[in-house]
This record gives sequence, C-alpha cells and structure tokens, in this order.
Amino acid sequence: MSALTAAVPRRRRDASRRAAVGYLFVAPFLVIFVAMLVVPLVYAGYLSLFREQLIGGTSFAGLDNYTRAFGDERLWQGVARVGVFFLIQVPIMLVLALAFALALDSGVLWLSRLFRLGFFVPYAVPGVVATLMWGYLYGPEFGPVAQLFEKLSLDPPNLLGSDLMLGSIANVVFWEFTGYNMILLYAALRAIPTELYEAAAVDGAGPWRTAWSVKIPALRPALLLALIFSVIGSFQLFNEPQLLQRLAPNVIDSAFTPNIYAYSLAFTSQDLNYAAAVSFLLGLVIVAVSYTVQLGANRRRT
Amino acid sequence: MPLPRRAMRWLALGLAATLATLGLTACSGSDDKGSTGASATVSQADIDKAMQTPTELTFWTWVPDIQKEVALFQRKYPAIKVNVVNAGQGQPHYQKLRTALTAGSGAPDVAQIEFQNIPTFTLTNNLLDLRPYGAGALKDQFVDWTWGQVTGKDGQVWAIPQDTGPMGMLYRQDIFDKHGITPPKTWAEFADAARKLHAADPNVYLTNLAASGSGVWMGLAWQAGAKQFEYSGGEKIGVSVNNATSKKLADYWGGLVKDGVVSTDPDFTDQWYQGLNQGKYATWLAAAWGPVFLSTSAKDTSGKWRAAPLPQWNAGENKAGNWGGSTSAVIKTTKNPIAAAKFAEFLNTDAESTMMLATQQFLFPPTKSTLTNPTFVGQKPEFYGGQQVNELFVQISGTVSTEFQWPPFIDQASNDWNETVGKSLADKSDTGAALDQWQERVTSYAKSQGFTVK
Repeated sequence: MSALTAAVPRRRRDASRRAAVGYLFVAPFLVIFVAMLVVPLVYAGYLSLFREQLIGGTSFAGLDNYTRAFGDERLWQGVARVGVFFLIQVPIMLVLALAFALALDSGVLWLSRLFRLGFFVPYAVPGVVATLMWGYLYGPEFGPVAQLFEKLSLDPPNLLGSDLMLGSIANVVFWEFTGYNMILLYAALRAIPTELYEAAAVDGAGPWRTAWSVKIPALRPALLLALIFSVIGSFQLFNEPQLLQRLAPNVIDSAFTPNIYAYSLAFTSQDLNYAAAVSFLLGLVIVAVSYTVQLGANRRRT
Repeated sequence: MPLPRRAMRWLALGLAATLATLGLTACSGSDDKGSTGASATVSQADIDKAMQTPTELTFWTWVPDIQKEVALFQRKYPAIKVNVVNAGQGQPHYQKLRTALTAGSGAPDVAQIEFQNIPTFTLTNNLLDLRPYGAGALKDQFVDWTWGQVTGKDGQVWAIPQDTGPMGMLYRQDIFDKHGITPPKTWAEFADAARKLHAADPNVYLTNLAASGSGVWMGLAWQAGAKQFEYSGGEKIGVSVNNATSKKLADYWGGLVKDGVVSTDPDFTDQWYQGLNQGKYATWLAAAWGPVFLSTSAKDTSGKWRAAPLPQWNAGENKAGNWGGSTSAVIKTTKNPIAAAKFAEFLNTDAESTMMLATQQFLFPPTKSTLTNPTFVGQKPEFYGGQQVNELFVQISGTVSTEFQWPPFIDQASNDWNETVGKSLADKSDTGAALDQWQERVTSYAKSQGFTVK
C-alpha cells in the first residue's frame, strides 16, 4: 500500500462530492428543463409516429407522417415564404440596429438615454398588442395610413393585400425587434476595451474609420448572436400573421407560415400527429439554417 | 472525464422512464369510458335528490349577459351553483373544448354548441344523451327542424336548442329611398338593384358578401336547396359542395363580385363596422340575431334599418335559410349529469328564461310558445324604426327547410371554404372553379380521416 494508491481514492471521492454538489445546484433548472422542454419534445416525437383518424382511431404509422410532410407542397411554400422573409427583413433590421447602436455609442446624440429607451419600448409592448395596433393602422379604408393617402388624393396601397402583406408583417417585426437587437449590440459596444480606441486615435483614425475598423469587428460575436436569434425568430413567425388573419383571412391562409400550419393542423384539422411531424421538420430546417449561418461566420473569421 | 458520461447515462435512463410511462398511458386509451347503452330513465326521485344536493356546474358560453337567466335557475334550485365562463366565440371556443376533451380534464359540464358543430362532438362521443333525464318529452315545445338538428341517428337527444338564425335581408330604408330602390323580391331584382345602386354611387354597395363568411354561404345554399353534406353519423358521408345548385350560387355571386357591385370585406372586423356606420353597405344578409351586433357597433344607424325576407330564386316562392343558432349540450365527462341536464333544460324551456333571452339578448327563440307569445311578436324595436321584426322573422322561421345536415368537421370545412371560395371572391377570380377546389379539399380531408365518401 504505497502513499500514491492511498491518495488516489480520496481525490476521486473529493471530485465526485464536488460534482454532486454541482448537480444539486443545477437540479432545479434541470427538473424544469426536462419537464417543460425535453418531455414535451419526446412526447411530440412519439405522437408523430402515430396516426389518429376520426374514423378508425389510433394506429402506428412509423415515418409515414414525415414522408407526407416532405411531399407537402403547402408546408414547403410556407418555409419558402419565411425564408424570403428572413433574407430580406433580418439584414435590414440588423444594419438598422447596428447603426442606432453605433450612433448611441458615439455620444453624438443628445438625450441618448431617452433615445435608448424610446428604441427599446416597442420591444416591451406585447406582440399581440403591437399587431392589433398595426392592424388598425393598416386598415384599407378607415385606417390612418389610408386616410393620409386619401388626403393627399393618392390611391392608398392595400397594405393587407397579398403583394404587400409580407412587407407589412416585416414592418411590424422591425418595429418590435430593432430596439432589442440594438440593446444587444450597444451592450457589446460598451464592453470594447478602451485601449483599442486609443490605439486607433494614435494611428489617426477618425470616428467613421474607428467605427468601421474597430467597433464592427469587435461586435462580431454579438452580431452572430443577434443573427441566430433572428433566424429562429423569423422561421418561427407566428404571432403577427395569426393576429392579422382576422383582418385578411384570404391572404393569410392556414399554411402561411410553417408554425401557423402546424397550429391549424393540430387545432382545426384535429391532426395532432401530423402537426407534430411538421413541427419537428421545421425544427430541423431551423437547425440546418442556424448551422450554416454559424459556419459562414466562423469561416470568415479564420 | 467519466463524470459527463455518468450524467448522460442518468439522463438517458430518466428519459427512457418517462417515455415508457407515457407510452403505457397513451396506449391504454380511454375512448369508451362510461356506458353507451344505458338509456334507462332516471327516476323523478333521483332527479329531485340531485337538485337538492349542493353542486357546482361549469357552463361555457359566449352569450352576453346570460348571467341573468342563470340567476333564475339558481333562484329555483339554490343548492346548485353555476359558473359561467366565456371561452371565446365560435372557433376558439370549440378548439378549447376539443383540447380539454382530448386532455381528459378541464371540460365544462354544459357548453354552448351551435347546430353546425353538433356532429363534430357526437362523432367523438363527447355529448351526453339527454333522454334519461326527460329530454324526450320536450320535443313538442320546439320548432321541428331545430329538434331534428339535435336528434341523433338512434333517437338520442344531444342538446337543447337555444336560439336559431333564420336569415333575412336587413336594409337601410334611407339609402333605398335616396336611390329609389324597393326591397327586391327575387335574386334577379337584387342583381339589378346592385348594379343600379353602385352606378349611382360608387361608394355604396348593395351588400357585402364576406370573403371570410362561410356561414352566410351555407345559409344561402340552405335557402337555394343545395344539399351540400349528407351525414347522419357513422363513417359514410356525402359531400357535394359543388353541386349544380351551389354552382348557380357561385355564378350569381361571382358575377356580382366581378362586376364590383358587391363588396367582399371580412365581417365582424373594425373595418366592417366602420363600413356599416358610414353607410357603405345598403343591406346586410343576416340572421335574426344580427341586430344585437348592429345595435351595439352601428349605433348611429339605429332607426334606419328595416327587415325583409331574403330575395327568392323564383318569384312567389317563400324559402329561407339558417345561419347559426346555438344549443346547450351536456358534456359526457360531467360528474353531475342530472344537474347539468336539468340546467340545460331550464335555460332553454323555462318561460321566463326564454322570454328574457328573446327580448333582452335578441336571441331568436326556437320554442313554439315564445314564437307565438304576443309580447315577443308585437315587439317594435326602435332600431328598426318601430317595425315588428319579430313577427316577420317568425314567418321566415317557418319557411326554413328541415333537411340540412352538417359534416362532423365543420371547422375544417369552413377554413377550406375561406381558402378556396372566399379567396376567389376576394380576388375576383372564377368562383365556380373555386367550388371544385373546395369539394376536392373536403373530400380528401374526409378520406384521410377514414370516412367513406359517397
């Protein structure tokens, strides 16, 4: 029995006791995480393997629901629609958020606290309230926008018509989330070490050059975070179109976005199993897109 | 590091355990709880005893101010307390009800269910047959077609009718006078009037056919005699929403919409109420319960409206359709079947309750006694400039055909209508072709749900 072999068990015991305490700390979160996230996910996965008919009851269907979803035109049209939404809305929103954050950080704006609050307040407004309010503003004949156009003797554009609907929704999302992304980026800007600014000043860089060469590169991780959030948010688009559906029921159909499709499958068509399969497929699409975005960002770095 | 692997093992075990328990509970299936064959009548002694036992009932309804009628019930049976819950109007209400029933908990004792939604809930065996509680004796109190709609294939009584929606044409007397229009008696006259009116004033339309309103369409099809659905329980269903009569309807309305003389704004939205207030629509093809919405949201137009029967397809005919109308049904999972059944009965048959519903909430009654009651018939609401509208709707109510059946997935069929026929109206494209699309959608949904489509 050498001193070495006697010491090893004690170290392992200490290590495992430390680990146990660690798990104890994480336990409350883990319990809720498993109960509220993992279990429903597993249950949904389980449901997606079955098929329930109004006549005939429940039967095991294997991967039939997934095969059906792959061939479902309406689902992929919805995915394409949110894809287009993502490609157009997100870059513009992030550029705007970046511009606002840089403006705030540069100290050029007076009353910067007021501006900061003002940009952020729309995010604090619940999505439901925001959409209802914008729905009213967009009203084709009696909404303020239409009335403004009429006062100028111009034909008011049908903001709730099929050509402009996606744009109108994008506008609501801009209004809601630009402030949120701006705060994210502003916080990251505040964390940039001041030595970099001093070095830039020594090299003779003006405010614009500093912004372009120092601030924006330092913001890359925060921008990536905002981008990933936006990917998930746009592909899961649900609130805004669902609430505007009452006002434009023929433009926003039950498959306008994949989430709306899953919702109407579950609650109107009473096809919970297929809805579960559609949700999983949507999850896969989002994972694929997020992964691609991250890959692209990391490659540019190296 | 061995620790993460151990953690993973525990997580996997935990997941497997939950999965196993879920699997067991899901496979056990709880479809056929409760006896299906027992329709032995409950004795009067049992009923009396139950009505004296302290009980709490939950009632889901969206009828405004129904607390007044509920209070009458609670006064008569002080041991029973009824909680009135508004779970939404129309589709949201049914979605919540279905969710609660699927989950196995949270469903009410009594629920408001419109006529067209009854098959949806009888197919999934969610309603309680009310015959053992004396509902069979109520048959003669109700207008025939309403009792037909709540009766099942084997004579079960699934619900007690509460109100109906016989359709009529509500028109603005002032707009008609201004443009020299008389209330059209046939659809041909209606079309002519529509063109004449819109030509004279491009800001006014003779009527609005909501592109989101499958209810109106079904009511008009009902009037025209189009048998769209054939379903009386079981797995056989007939779907012919694009039959010749429906196509006639599609050509008629599609034509008017394409000519731009009839608007297609979605109804019950802010914009639609604004339109009514501003006199954009000269008529509203509505049900007898229409006024309750106008009198609250289009108050400024009060006094200017009159009612007339719907225009007819052939001169001299007298046919009407129905749009909406609700019943009170008892949900099968109730723990207090006797109290719930008696509550549903009281609410819709008690003389004072039904008169209150008719005169204060403007619900059009399905009970013969109220329909012939002089107080009700002689009512001269100020909204209609003193016209005896109830008398008119009583006549109309008698001309509604009794042969209309609903599919057991009306919400799905209505949504499909919005996306096919409704869309064609909003886009001014071929409504006849859209009807075929609707037919295709409904049939494929029925087939995928296991029905045999005739």
